[in-house]
Amino acid sequence: MTGTPRAAMTRRSLLRMIGTVAGGSVMYQAMAKLAIAGESDFRVPVSLGGGGKGASVLILGAGLAGLSAAYELRNAGYRVQILEYNDRPGGRTWTLYGGDTYTELGGATQHVQFDKGLYFNPGPWRIPHNHHALLHYCQVLNVALEPFTQVNYDAYVHSTTAFGGTPQRYRTVHADFNGHVAELLAKCANQGALDAAVTREDREILLAAMRQWGALDKNYEYTKGLMTSGRRGYDTDPGGGLTSVPVPSDPIALGELLHSRLWASIAAGHGYDLQSTLFQPVGGMMMIARAFARELGNVIRYNCKVTEIRQSESGVTVAYTDTKTGGPPREAHGEWCVCTIPASILGQIPMTVGAPMQNAINALSYGASAKVGLQFKRRFWEQDESIYGGITYTDQVNSVIGYPNSGYMSQKGVLLGAYAFGPNAFAFTAMSPEERIATALECGAKIHPQYPAEFETGAAVAWHRVPSAMGCAATWDNALRAEHYDNLCAIDGRIVLAGEHASRIPAWQEGALLSSLDAVRRLHQRVASA
Amino acid sequence: MLLVASHGAALGAQGGALAVNPMGIPRYPQQTGEALYKGVCQGCHMADARGASGAGKYPALAGDPRLVAVAYPISVVANGQRAMPAFGTGFSDAQIAAVVNYVRTHFGNSFTDSATAADVLALRRPRPPDF
Repeated sequence: MTGTPRAAMTRRSLLRMIGTVAGGSVMYQAMAKLAIAGESDFRVPVSLGGGGKGASVLILGAGLAGLSAAYELRNAGYRVQILEYNDRPGGRTWTLYGGDTYTELGGATQHVQFDKGLYFNPGPWRIPHNHHALLHYCQVLNVALEPFTQVNYDAYVHSTTAFGGTPQRYRTVHADFNGHVAELLAKCANQGALDAAVTREDREILLAAMRQWGALDKNYEYTKGLMTSGRRGYDTDPGGGLTSVPVPSDPIALGELLHSRLWASIAAGHGYDLQSTLFQPVGGMMMIARAFARELGNVIRYNCKVTEIRQSESGVTVAYTDTKTGGPPREAHGEWCVCTIPASILGQIPMTVGAPMQNAINALSYGASAKVGLQFKRRFWEQDESIYGGITYTDQVNSVIGYPNSGYMSQKGVLLGAYAFGPNAFAFTAMSPEERIATALECGAKIHPQYPAEFETGAAVAWHRVPSAMGCAATWDNALRAEHYDNLCAIDGRIVLAGEHASRIPAWQEGALLSSLDAVRRLHQRVASA
Repeated sequence: MLLVASHGAALGAQGGALAVNPMGIPRYPQQTGEALYKGVCQGCHMADARGASGAGKYPALAGDPRLVAVAYPISVVANGQRAMPAFGTGFSDAQIAAVVNYVRTHFGNSFTDSATAADVLALRRPRPPDF
């Protein structure tokens, strides 16, 4: 340092200096170290720091867990090889494009007919802002991202039994629910009903807050007028010139709103994982898998069906068959093995591990999920209804209509016509692909009557029918976690498991990555200390 | 987590197949054994009950000798087994009995004894407290 008095270096000024000198990614790493950006257990730098000593690691599965394990281990000096069942990388990180062919369990084959540039993500479709590991890999692998809209106030909430089946804009239900609740709470406060809970001073603050939050008038009432229409929308919007007078709209009455049960759909975007900002990769989620595969090159061997996993004191031997060329079983070896095969499948593969890990694998059932992608001749949701991206929720079996978050104002588009879980997902799974598409069309037409005239082609994926997954995601509850989770994640001899099933963020790509990073870190410690 | 965050809300809605019981657990609308099989089971076990094979297998139920003791299919449907989910939370006792009886009398199976709702009640494990 110079002889001038040293100014106190604030954290912000330090970061600004790092950012200026070394660029954004280094600043991000510094931020993470200072615990500003790293509220998940994602740790930067990811790098294991070398010391792999050329040890070999056999990785089973080329989903995000297997791909990231190979990427980090190779960078640390290990020799890595991946065996993958599919003829593509990504696992459940998957996008269907026009020209793709997909054969599901049971034999139904779909030849996807989407136009060039249009696609549908059968698996994950959104990246929350707090999924730091996934965002990290998008950054280092140069995967271009664009915003994913979770909450669109112009999208609908819909029930077949409310408002005569007419869909309501999220905006009106949201504004009216907040407004009515604010009015009720203000009434309680003014009648002294809350005196035991709030001080006199706090009551005044609460009343002011309710007026602002709920758009209440000076009498603390949620009434028709320009103020409430400033939230829920107008019958006629303010304009310019001589036709400029806005016409306010009528709020939905409290009783009708409660009975509609549409309030059940307005909190979807409040969850930590679904709060703004969310992202999606430009061109489909599979861009992430392709970027990993590009980096890893011939490390990945496709069309490999694993039939047995054996370990000894010196290494792991995996038997597999080539599903394209057939022939007798082949063998692959590694001194260590990172196994990311879903438990739905792994539980059927003979494997020499101890009872704790085997029992944990056997304890996991897999939930159902199904999605349908529908291509339409024109983007009527934009052209006719001003819906640009986001999600409509319905109580029909399709559950969801997701609007494309890219290509706005262009001619055609692919909607997510169904995204079902639970009983609805099993119902879709039990259908043929054609029936799934027909069902999604039937449900969607009750919300968008343009469906029949504008539909062109569709594709449908039910995750229990996907040959490489046999289910959407592992199903955990607290009792299962207490009994089996640590045993599932612990290294057994020379084998460690990874994937969304070995995480506390099940069904999310981030869970797969964090699971994998934790597994390779522990493996690396063991190798380094050997 | 994903389920709760994105669909817990939707599951609270009424109508369609999304009916829920007062605990908020989704129920399956199908009531007969045939409707339950065709609306749920055949998703994995297939319309002909011959199962399927990919990276792993779904077992065939057609001509399955393990179905001889009625307690076995009741327990598997109600409580799950390995990757197969437990349907005891979404199916009533009567629904489980109906689908077990359907499978045990179709697809080349011709067992003459049948399951009752009381049999199911005796075999189903209690639901985890946090479900």
